[in-house]
Amino acid sequence: MSTPILSLREAIATHVADGQTLALEGFTHLIPFAAGHELIRQGRKDLHLIRMTPDLVYDQLIGAGCASALTFSWGGNPGVGSLHRLRDAVENHWPRPLRLTEHSHAAMAAAYVAGASNLPFGMLKGYLGTDLPAHNPGIRSITCPYTGEVIATVPALRPDVTILHAQRADRQGNVHIRGIVGAMKEAGMAATKLIVTVEEIVDDLEAPMNTLVLPHWIVSAVACVPGGAYPSYAQGYYARDNAFYQAWDDIARDREGFTAWIDRHVRGTGDHAGFLRSIRSVEV
Amino acid sequence: MSAPLPWTSEEMMTVAASRHLWNGAVCFVGIGLPSAAANLARLTHAPNTVLIYESGTIGTKPEVLPLSIGDGELADTATVVVPLPEIFTYWLQGGRIDVGFLGAAQVDRFGNLNSTVIGPYDQPRTRLPGAGGAPEIATHAKQTFVVLKQSARSFVPQLDFRSSGGFFEGNGSRARSGSPGRGPQVVITDLGVMKPQAGTEELELVARYEHTSVEGAVAATGWPLQVAERVEVLPAPSPGELEVLRALHARTREAHSRPVLLPF
Repeated sequence: MSTPILSLREAIATHVADGQTLALEGFTHLIPFAAGHELIRQGRKDLHLIRMTPDLVYDQLIGAGCASALTFSWGGNPGVGSLHRLRDAVENHWPRPLRLTEHSHAAMAAAYVAGASNLPFGMLKGYLGTDLPAHNPGIRSITCPYTGEVIATVPALRPDVTILHAQRADRQGNVHIRGIVGAMKEAGMAATKLIVTVEEIVDDLEAPMNTLVLPHWIVSAVACVPGGAYPSYAQGYYARDNAFYQAWDDIARDREGFTAWIDRHVRGTGDHAGFLRSIRSVEV
Repeated sequence: MSAPLPWTSEEMMTVAASRHLWNGAVCFVGIGLPSAAANLARLTHAPNTVLIYESGTIGTKPEVLPLSIGDGELADTATVVVPLPEIFTYWLQGGRIDVGFLGAAQVDRFGNLNSTVIGPYDQPRTRLPGAGGAPEIATHAKQTFVVLKQSARSFVPQLDFRSSGGFFEGNGSRARSGSPGRGPQVVITDLGVMKPQAGTEELELVARYEHTSVEGAVAATGWPLQVAERVEVLPAPSPGELEVLRALHARTREAHSRPVLLPF
């Protein structure tokens, strides 16, 4: 048995439905942008998006009207400022209201670990002296049965589908990830289905011992999408396009400019290769 | 009019913040000003400082400042890269961090921080990025340094939202909560330096710069700022500090504007 290697279009069409709970993980590194764009192209809607750092990929999905809820822990454009589409959704309910479930990073990580471990909740020594529990009823506490210490708890995250981007897969669908891995493995193993896009498919992963490998039998589908993390990055393949992240501040600042960008470069292209050609035509 | 300063107030603030980091300190670094200050310290007086970013990069020695908390530069130059759940559990919650270096949008008199919203949470006037790693950094680092620009908008009598705990309501309330770390031991701004008073734990102005005044710091604070009996005047950035900081920023600007070539 091996994991089906599909086109990204087929993978999304087969495994992602409207209204599902969806996690696209990758902490700054290996953000699955190509998959996010394909969700927009296929017009998925009413998604409950989960991601520690929504980043540009969720700014795009939110602004394109694909999401109705967001579970997150830090929602900015790293080192640049606001995510304007996320802000517009929260502050002005455009293009539709967005229900927020807000955590800290440590708590999101614990919630993914709990999901991957088939536990009902994650726990941490956290949220002390903060207002977050007052606005997120999921943040509760438990008393340690051994010491009496009160420990914060958060409900396990169990996405219907997690989508990751990785460097390589082999022809069976085993996936090799290296570099900053964030909570990718935990988000992947917490989900009912796991889709992975990769830079390339190789005959032999030649993965060093103890590096991160996701065996094919926990992966629902693999799609080969070179550049699939751009403008995020893939260690060993291409760097983060920090200039694009800075340029996004202007692109997403107003609704018209954002929608024109999405229409031209995402909805107006057939796939990720088309997106990259379209973006390059502007940059050159 | 006096002659223009040979350095900017942001440079002064960054240099002043960097001087607080000692050689060998294990420092959990926030993005932006804290990252600039921590790397300046590493490149000047504290070469053995261990910098940790929440992306899981431990002992990183970036040549250029990362734009994001997870730039490849941080991974390439790290001693080890660990998964994110591990950085917050074994390393931070495990008590292995000497200093958490944080920024924020708002601070109150007890060093509590807001990076979540301006206005009510459910109908915010400004939705800020949120807490990220800061709440647990503020809890578990043995102490925290806070660096931000000082104004009546950022130094507020009442936070719109408490994202991370400092000294809570003061007078020992933080320690009673069970927070293991000692909290914000210093707040560095473009106008001066504040430290918690013994007992009340309220921030007190303890130092200013050659070009700033006690009155200026008081006027830029939204509550009646406590002022120490003796306010130290901190030395201006040295030529060496300025040279290293400016070279770091110049390398960073060049690197961040460099076009990314995709290999296909």
